[in-house]
Amino acid sequence: MDGHTQSATAPVAYYDKAIRYFTLASVFWGIAGFTVGLVIALQLVWPQLNLGLEYTTFGRLRPLHTSAVIFAFGGSILFASSFYVVQRTCRAPLFGGDGLSMFVFWGYQLVILMAGTGYLMGITQGKEYAEPEWYVDLWLTIVWVAYLILYMGTLIRRKEPHIYVANWFYLAFIVTIAMLHLINNMALPVDFPSTKSYVVWSGVQDALIQWWYGHNAVGFFLTAGFLGMMYYFVPKQINRPVYSYRLSIVHFWALIFLYIWAGPHHLHYTALPDWAQTLGMVFSVILWMPSWGGMINGIMTLSGAWDKLRTDPIIRFMIVSLSFYGMSTFEGPLMAIKEVNALSHYTDWTIGHVHSGALGWVAMISFACIYYLVPRLWNRTRLYSIRLVNTHFWICTIGIVFYISAMWVSGIMQGLMWRAYDSQGYLVYSFAETVEQMHPYYMIRAFGGFLFLLGALVMVYNLWRTIRGDLRDEAPMGIPDTRPKLQTA
Amino acid sequence: MIGLHKKSEKNAIFLLVLSLIVVTIGGLVEIVPLFYLENTIEKVNGMRPYTPLELAGRNIYVREGCYLCHSQMIRPFRDEAERYGHYSLAAESMYDHPFQWGSKRTGPDLARVGGRYSNEWHASHLKDPREVVPESVMPMYAFLARRVIDDHAIAKHLSALRTLGVPYTDEMIENARADLAAQAVPGADTSALLARYPKTPVGDFDGNPAEVTEMDALIAYLQMLGTLVDFSTYERAPR
Repeated sequence: MDGHTQSATAPVAYYDKAIRYFTLASVFWGIAGFTVGLVIALQLVWPQLNLGLEYTTFGRLRPLHTSAVIFAFGGSILFASSFYVVQRTCRAPLFGGDGLSMFVFWGYQLVILMAGTGYLMGITQGKEYAEPEWYVDLWLTIVWVAYLILYMGTLIRRKEPHIYVANWFYLAFIVTIAMLHLINNMALPVDFPSTKSYVVWSGVQDALIQWWYGHNAVGFFLTAGFLGMMYYFVPKQINRPVYSYRLSIVHFWALIFLYIWAGPHHLHYTALPDWAQTLGMVFSVILWMPSWGGMINGIMTLSGAWDKLRTDPIIRFMIVSLSFYGMSTFEGPLMAIKEVNALSHYTDWTIGHVHSGALGWVAMISFACIYYLVPRLWNRTRLYSIRLVNTHFWICTIGIVFYISAMWVSGIMQGLMWRAYDSQGYLVYSFAETVEQMHPYYMIRAFGGFLFLLGALVMVYNLWRTIRGDLRDEAPMGIPDTRPKLQTA
Repeated sequence: MIGLHKKSEKNAIFLLVLSLIVVTIGGLVEIVPLFYLENTIEKVNGMRPYTPLELAGRNIYVREGCYLCHSQMIRPFRDEAERYGHYSLAAESMYDHPFQWGSKRTGPDLARVGGRYSNEWHASHLKDPREVVPESVMPMYAFLARRVIDDHAIAKHLSALRTLGVPYTDEMIENARADLAAQAVPGADTSALLARYPKTPVGDFDGNPAEVTEMDALIAYLQMLGTLVDFSTYERAPR
């Protein structure tokens, strides 16, 4: 944990340029992705907002939303934080310096731009969370290999004898995403200059490969990577060591081994063979344990310093994000049980589950990380305002609660309505009637999403003033205000 | 175990290799058998590759992201059987690159929508869904009816799919463009098309007989979904 201690040797010059770029990119793509999310949420309330234009239909904007929040917002902060953490915990400068890290930056932004503009024009592979076509996939492969070289090179040149736990998670994330990306996206272009390709896999095999990829995009991109972030920034912000080293070892190896098996729970009761569904279910339930290992290790790092929750809203973000992580990794195994899945699958319950993980866990730990990084990267004494961090925290927490509770109600209601029979043995509801019932919940969901976006805009203002070098004159949080009072005439 | 870990914690290459091995196992065990276990895909009668027009329609279905709101996978439950029909078989999507089973039903399942509604219904529903289903939240796809289908490379699509294992014959590939037109132009000679692709719905789909539009292709695809397998000769495999 002593990344900043440089007493034993000469100070190490770190390469932070790409980290600054990636941090700003993450904030930018976050706002863009949340905004598109709000737009498509509103389209489900008022379908007229599709505008009758091909570029603004739900079907084209939805991949834009998911890619923007997962790969652009989440991806950029993973790059930024991993570059920061690997240098500090290894006491070694980035391998390849500004040159290689800025190549990764611009290369990855190009991936985002090519993918996003493609979606609007209808260029897509038609595989969820793997929509970019073959030429984007190829370019991403080059960028990703550069990332792996940069990361491994830095680890190998480290001056610390041990590789710190955060790096295990980042490395597992990098290598697993490479494997998933290569296999899931194998495709044959129709014709050389054509953007259209056909995926090599078909039918049931394609389905399992897709959800092996899809579930582990969650497991490794949105979990392992962000756990790496958690293992550095939570102890740093709290200023205490990680709760249990042994627990971190056990839950790391268990998590990466078990996650890979869980994909088939996305295909319960489909034409996928039963044995594969059962394997997926069993491993998903077991996965609950290592997931909670990470949550416990993070939250218990605060033990003995719980009072900091009153004074430091960044720690609030961290602890609530770990709580959402714990909640979604309990809900996930529950929904992976076939009998529960029979009700929840195809409904908004899934959407709610994803967002409790994505907004609650991934975005909140990212906000905490961004608040930690920005003053340090721009050499400011502190953030412009700690109280605005608190404002952001409450607006976005309330937004998430609106979002996920609306989706729980609409999802379970939808599932029950689809299977409702009357006393004569007939189905009670037509499909269209179930759609009509969703209307108020879609409105509440959009309101929750609006609050979440609003909170993020508060963050943008705070970061902008911080980078400008402003300090807000404000009372400290949670302790009596001892500043001299202004005399009013 | 702890010994292995101790080594990996001090050797970055070893950590990389060990992590890669650990994350490979689950996928190998679950995915590889699907390619060689014979009962993964049922033996059925009636499956054929998509006609060129249906394939063009399917590509529009993919392009517009229809799978984000519509599943094509009926589960073996009583309510789904009554609402949508026989549960879906793996064989029914064996020529699908990529599969379009979907994961969300903001709209209803489409696995067996073929033949359930008239072409006219589909055309007006796609142009303005709320005209025929007032509760619908689906976007309007009127622009499909205004755009003539781009069929210049359709033969290349078929041969790319043949490379991937879809049983298109030389004859099918040579006649791809003619077959595409024959399926949607009213009064065209469809005998060769129907010989190559049995059970194919033909005629004008979008209400505009003058042109073959993207709307024609999409409706042709929707009208054949789930209609190919002959369930009178299908025997459920013993479990």
